[in-house]
Amino acid sequence: MMNLKLHVWRQPSAKDTGRLETYEARDVSPDMSFLEMLDVVNEDLIVTGKRPIAFDHDCREGICGSCGMMINGVAHGPQRGTATCQLHMRTFKDGDEIVIEPWRAQAFPIIKDLVVDRSAFDRIIQRGGYISVNTGGAPDGNDILVGKDRADHAMDAAACIGCGACVAACPNASSSLFTGAKITHLGKLPQGQPERDRRVVAMVEQMDEEGFGNCSWFGECQEACPKEISIDVIKQMNHDYVAAAARGSD
Amino acid sequence: MTNPVMRFWRSTIGRKAVMAVTGIIGIGFLLAHITGNLLVFKGPDAINSYSHFLHGPGAELLWIARVVLILAVILHVAAAYSLTQQSHAARPVGYSMRKPQVSTFASRTMRWGGLLILIFIIFHILHFTTGTFHPGGDYVEGDVYINVVHAFHVWWVAAFYMFTMIVLGFHLYHGAWSSARTLSIIGDSPQPLHRRLAMIIAVVVWLGFTLVPLGVLLGWVG
Repeated sequence: MMNLKLHVWRQPSAKDTGRLETYEARDVSPDMSFLEMLDVVNEDLIVTGKRPIAFDHDCREGICGSCGMMINGVAHGPQRGTATCQLHMRTFKDGDEIVIEPWRAQAFPIIKDLVVDRSAFDRIIQRGGYISVNTGGAPDGNDILVGKDRADHAMDAAACIGCGACVAACPNASSSLFTGAKITHLGKLPQGQPERDRRVVAMVEQMDEEGFGNCSWFGECQEACPKEISIDVIKQMNHDYVAAAARGSD
Repeated sequence: MTNPVMRFWRSTIGRKAVMAVTGIIGIGFLLAHITGNLLVFKGPDAINSYSHFLHGPGAELLWIARVVLILAVILHVAAAYSLTQQSHAARPVGYSMRKPQVSTFASRTMRWGGLLILIFIIFHILHFTTGTFHPGGDYVEGDVYINVVHAFHVWWVAAFYMFTMIVLGFHLYHGAWSSARTLSIIGDSPQPLHRRLAMIIAVVVWLGFTLVPLGVLLGWVG
């Protein structure tokens, strides 16, 4: 069991100004996940009549992309390739102080405490993160052949869970890793080809409109990504964007 | 949104592409500039006759190069400035604690380094091209050798040049690598943060330019 001191960003609503407040987390088991540790702290807060710390979470198995917070200055905390829900308290030691902050970006306004509004990502997806196909019977297996290396590349990019850690970790608050992952995921597959030019132009335009920064190739996003998506997807996005612009695509 | 050029410029990727292309033009110029500079070690005749060639038979080429380079600098700076503004606006409230994980010192000093290099370029043109400001001795039009020797005998001028070349080396270590990625002229890599060519370019440019003031200070030249 360990005792920790937490400095947590508390902000009752978007309109209020927030600040870091200090809490004691007592009798924390090293087998708890980071979110379970916060659950325990919240139980104490509720019992003493205080407002619990609000944070986003859903599946708690690292695949939904809901959770995410800045833990001691690192998105999703110190363990590589891990979302906050899969981070275990054994990563910390007794007596540690932990600073917990929400993702910080103009395009991710704070809703409450550690919860931010990531609908900017949804709007980027709405502009082209899909393929248009008619519904009907399931297509035959192997009807469209996809090479193994292409399928692997597409799947690596498709691993993105949209958690926003790339934006949070980027010194420019750029969403290039997220948008690049979606563009690479669909652009590597035959089904994504008909809308490839239109997709990249519209999604990049939306990404800019949302107020994200530009990519300066710091590499921080790749390190923060719980799915370890490579910055090569940003290269792919840039390539597709410049190619589409050269072809005069709308 | 009708003008495709303006539309390209307005997008972050468009401006990054402009920065990458103009940066690569800059690297090409720097490598040519170093080759010319090193003639100073062959003696006054070698470098002065090279200068006479550029200002005589090669004058038209020289002016084309100057126009291209000035345009490149203007575009590079304009894109850098507007992208920096945009990045600052993208995170109005910062973190109270933040630990960079993999970003290099070079990448985090691109903006300050770029500003110093811009100031240096203006100083350098006034110093050696127009001779407007030339401490250490009278500026002699066409006698590059004498001008170089006089210039770098002034300790603070030599120090300013050598310091800026270190900053330039860092700028290129990140810039050469990131330009290649922005323009997608290199392939995918299992270690995308590794860079060999950019390291070589940075060291060659730093060393190539540093040798001249160092040579004057150590008495190898003059």
